[in-house]
Amino acid sequence: MTDTLFTEQTLAEQRPVLFRYALLQLRDNELADDAVQETLLAALQSASGFEGKAGVRTWLIGILKHKIADHWRRSAREASVPEFTQTNEDDGETEQDEFFMSNGHWNGGPKAWADPEAALKQQEFWTIYETCQNNLPPKMAKVFMLRELVGLEANEVCREAGLSEANYWVTMHRARLRLRECLEIRWFNNTKKEKLHA
Amino acid sequence: MRNCRDISALVSQGLDKKLSLRERLAVWLHVMMCNRCRNFQKQTQFIRKAARHYTDDLQSRLGKKS
Repeated sequence: MTDTLFTEQTLAEQRPVLFRYALLQLRDNELADDAVQETLLAALQSASGFEGKAGVRTWLIGILKHKIADHWRRSAREASVPEFTQTNEDDGETEQDEFFMSNGHWNGGPKAWADPEAALKQQEFWTIYETCQNNLPPKMAKVFMLRELVGLEANEVCREAGLSEANYWVTMHRARLRLRECLEIRWFNNTKKEKLHA
Repeated sequence: MRNCRDISALVSQGLDKKLSLRERLAVWLHVMMCNRCRNFQKQTQFIRKAARHYTDDLQSRLGKKS
């Protein structure tokens, strides 16, 4: 019954406070953010541990303190272990990642699209959609179509296309990045004139 | 901490499987603050919808017989 007391919203409201708390201790934005995230996760997983008397925030800060303590213990132990940042690009296609900068931030990145629903009703949109879909590299197009047009589940697509699971995630991620970029360039950035008339 | 590349990868994965609670939380917290990842999220959902429409349309154009 206590579970229902915790909506994600309730927890989110506490986040700025928790963050400031963590930041003061850890003196590092990322570490603080991680600690707060760990705390919220723990809270979601164990809402029943909340007694109700002390108040949500107090309870959360109690958890946060443990997370911060954990951090200090870990960093004392692993002081020399370098952080690993990149996931393995184990497929042959080690193309330079044109969508993201080396720090993982968007290179350009998705702009807001005006009224995508309206596009669905326009014939010209479908011509562009088809072009964009056909412009995907062949293997990627196959995987995308098996999933989105055929409607197979991910594991079925892997079997069909002879992909490892890890490879599947990478492939679909790229396919979606490419498609959205193509649609943005050819349609959503490009139809302002028509939209005025429509 | 996860960056936009990681988050957009999770957003993409979320369309194909159920993410863990940890992953969903990470996406949710990130997307609250990041317009571009939020756009990516909306747009990938839109692309899915468009793909369904496209398929339906294709079926009605090509597969009238069945």
